[in-house]
Amino acid sequence: MTAKTWNSRADNRAARLARVARALGPQLNGKLAAPAAITALLEAAIEPHDRVCLEGNNQKQADFLAQALVQLDATRVHGLHMVQSVLALPEHLDLFENGIASKLDFSFSGPQGARLAKLVSAGRIEIGAIHTYLELFARYFVDLTPNVALIAAHAADAQGNLYTGPNTEDTPAIVEATAFSGGIVIVQVNELVGEGTSLPRVDVPAGWVNFVVQAPRPNFIEPLFTRDPAQISEIQVLMAMMAIKGIYAEYGVQRLNHGIGFDTAAIELLLPTYAEQLGLKGKICKHWALNPHPALIPAIEAGWVQSIHSFGSELGMEDYIRARSDVFFTGPDGSLRSNRAFCQAAGHYACDLFIGSTLQIDLDGNSSTATLGRIAGFGGAPNMGADARGRRHASPAWLRAGREARAGRSGAAGTPRGQKLVVQMVETFREHMQPAFVERLDAWQLAEQAGMQLPPIMIYGDDVTHILTEEGIANLLLCRSDEEREQAIRGVAGYTAVGLGRDKRIVENLRDRGVIRRAQDLGIDPRDATRNLLAARSMRDLVRASGGLYQPPRRFRNW
Amino acid sequence: MISYAECSARERIAQLLDAGSFHEWLPPAERVTSPHLAQLGVPSAFDDGVAIGRARLDGRTVFVAAQEGAFMGGGVGEVHGAKLVGLLRRALLDPHGERPDAVLLLADSGGVRLHEANAGLIAVSEVMRAVLDARAAGIPVLFLIGSANGCFGGMGIVARCADHVVMSDVGRLAMSGPEVIEASHGVEEFDARDRALVWRTTGGKHRWLSGDCDTLVEDDVQAFRDAAIAALGDTRPVTVQALEHEHRLLAARLQLLPEALDGDIEAVTLWRGLGVADAARVSSLDVDAVRALRPA
Amino acid sequence: MSLPTAIETLDFSYDGARPAGRFAPVLVGVVGSGNLEVLLEPGEPPKCRVRVETSARGFGTIWQAVLDDFQARHALAGVSISINDMGATPAVVSLRLDQAVAELAPGAQP
Repeated sequence: MTAKTWNSRADNRAARLARVARALGPQLNGKLAAPAAITALLEAAIEPHDRVCLEGNNQKQADFLAQALVQLDATRVHGLHMVQSVLALPEHLDLFENGIASKLDFSFSGPQGARLAKLVSAGRIEIGAIHTYLELFARYFVDLTPNVALIAAHAADAQGNLYTGPNTEDTPAIVEATAFSGGIVIVQVNELVGEGTSLPRVDVPAGWVNFVVQAPRPNFIEPLFTRDPAQISEIQVLMAMMAIKGIYAEYGVQRLNHGIGFDTAAIELLLPTYAEQLGLKGKICKHWALNPHPALIPAIEAGWVQSIHSFGSELGMEDYIRARSDVFFTGPDGSLRSNRAFCQAAGHYACDLFIGSTLQIDLDGNSSTATLGRIAGFGGAPNMGADARGRRHASPAWLRAGREARAGRSGAAGTPRGQKLVVQMVETFREHMQPAFVERLDAWQLAEQAGMQLPPIMIYGDDVTHILTEEGIANLLLCRSDEEREQAIRGVAGYTAVGLGRDKRIVENLRDRGVIRRAQDLGIDPRDATRNLLAARSMRDLVRASGGLYQPPRRFRNW
Repeated sequence: MISYAECSARERIAQLLDAGSFHEWLPPAERVTSPHLAQLGVPSAFDDGVAIGRARLDGRTVFVAAQEGAFMGGGVGEVHGAKLVGLLRRALLDPHGERPDAVLLLADSGGVRLHEANAGLIAVSEVMRAVLDARAAGIPVLFLIGSANGCFGGMGIVARCADHVVMSDVGRLAMSGPEVIEASHGVEEFDARDRALVWRTTGGKHRWLSGDCDTLVEDDVQAFRDAAIAALGDTRPVTVQALEHEHRLLAARLQLLPEALDGDIEAVTLWRGLGVADAARVSSLDVDAVRALRPA
Repeated sequence: MSLPTAIETLDFSYDGARPAGRFAPVLVGVVGSGNLEVLLEPGEPPKCRVRVETSARGFGTIWQAVLDDFQARHALAGVSISINDMGATPAVVSLRLDQAVAELAPGAQP
């Protein structure tokens, strides 16, 4: 009879570390490995069928490690189960074509969505599940714990302490789960600071890190949250006015998250102008869970914003953030510290409103960005765009939304509680006259094609509280039946087939009750919705508003 | 500050010229439109993308044409070109004896309207001829360039046939567009998405420093108006001597770039060669600062 | 011969109630992608006639609905509306129509 061993993970880690030391010999100096030895390092540290987290964040990518991983000998390293936030680089999918990886759990695929769909239908990838960011991080601590984490940091010191800086993003969640479960943490850095020199600050302590390698090029980072004000249309200005007057002012929204897009950029740029005219400064928009959007600069400068916590950073904003440390979360060194896991939690529990755009909405208010031929995933939106049922603390906006939803209801459905405002903001027609309102989401067809158990719905209809289009705002909190809800949606669906199919009598009744409010009902004249209302109308205006501190990436310059 | 780049053609006319002084010829209601576009399934514009007429600038009579860049990229088609030519010819023959003090072209164009092919090409060449005829008659032709589209292709050539060019730093002036250069010579040679590069090569600051434009202004309608007023008397006779002087300038400029740049930024090297101080910082300096840097 | 890539022409006619009177032609908008220009001219009362020329073919039902609602809003009589459209959404079309009406003489304003 053999005694049970309880420290097999520790033994296994020790064995891997020993293998690496033998394989690298003099190419390993403490924790520092020579870049030329990266292949040998990975082949010694990783075992077949490992769960590997390769840092594919929303913005930063451990691209040097990804490129090395793709080159490994598939007879030595194969059957890997990749767990990562984002499939951003071609290498992330090359792993599956090369026979190195076979299973995938992830959150968002963005640029790789079409290729992912092809690989799935060709049977080259087994998808475990598609998650939201916070959900995936949560599973790192339960049933998707990485054996090996391949991460990116900005700098390391001689001991192996890491500085992850403004683009800290997912790293803390990944490293904590891996380091404290017997896993191996391997990091690529842009810089090594020498003996006796300090890092600006320590984001990850050396004790959690096993190997450091300096990459030949700085790790790839994408500016995803920059929106050129020159591209904001009059219709988007109109919708932004309705959002501010019809929802933010109505409910007194002080704490919020904006989904990415031109629609929300328009709201940000109307705060110092339109919202100021309405006397709303100090009454709305003080606290944000938000990446450092350049479009928010004018509002920050005008004194609207008390705090911003960020998921990641944004290229070009570094100096501005440094100079506005009262507003952003910055370290004693002055640079931003972002943290996707905590910001997702903040967006979920500490915000009273989420507002974002979408591609399709059905008659139940379910909204989806799924399109045929692409498996895009969810990212973080469902965490912000969902009622936080674990929340207990009250705020005026939360209480009012909760009352509107529960008035006249009894039993469990009528028990008093608050509700988060979840607003879907969308023009009734998208590009090429594609309707945003449909009877059946493409998500159903995608689920059939890709063998998913559920249609990939980004925001569920019973979490959506308001739908805002150029035709008006539908307040779903006030609807008391599926039929009312359907007509409320049709009543703001404009001239789409869904909109034209409305029962005019019921829609008029809903309007009388305030369930549907048109721009005129809010006292807004659509002809006032011009681009002149925007606090900044070009990238250059944003630079000027920042006093020259904001330095847009090249692709956004036009001077 | 009202952004000149943001304005439509008609807004530019309304803002730049003396209030209410614009009298339009061949206005939209007359429907003098393109005979070519409909059969290609492309909608026409009632004014074929250019508004022409007579107006006052600081009390003085001027003829003005404003191209609408949002329509077909401001491309010059047969009718559009004919309106420009007609405007310039009328300046010489004005039957009411009201000879304009200048002809203003508010340029906003990618050049020839390719949909109209030869008709567009011929139109642009006729515009060039008409500009030179107006100049020969002593009527200054002024170009204002400050739109998001810039002034490219055949219209870029026409601009350099004028007496005086006013540009904002947002404006661009060139012949070949950035995408065309990239498509022809490859992205290593010219990356059209590197907008800083595009503006270093074709933008108002560069044109000012290299002497290809005569006034550099902010992206502000008032600044354009003031510059136009100041340029009203700026006739430059087209003489053999003037042309030879221009040839010498261009030949000298060709010699300024070394074969190998060793990773230096081309534009910066060129500006240094031209005698521009602080060349490395030109891209980040504001208009006032760049104005002061032009070599004498 | 109807070419598959030709412009689609749509004509609509309504009886209005509010006379627009005499006015100088009004032009709003620009024919750019996703945009349109609208020309308002005096017409024969009581009619309000609309001619649409568009490169976005096959949306006749939507134009009908948009213009029905426009007429319900303004009920103009004696105007002729001409539109050159390059695929504007109904939201933009309605906006331009309302902007054009706003530029008429005060007597015709809603």
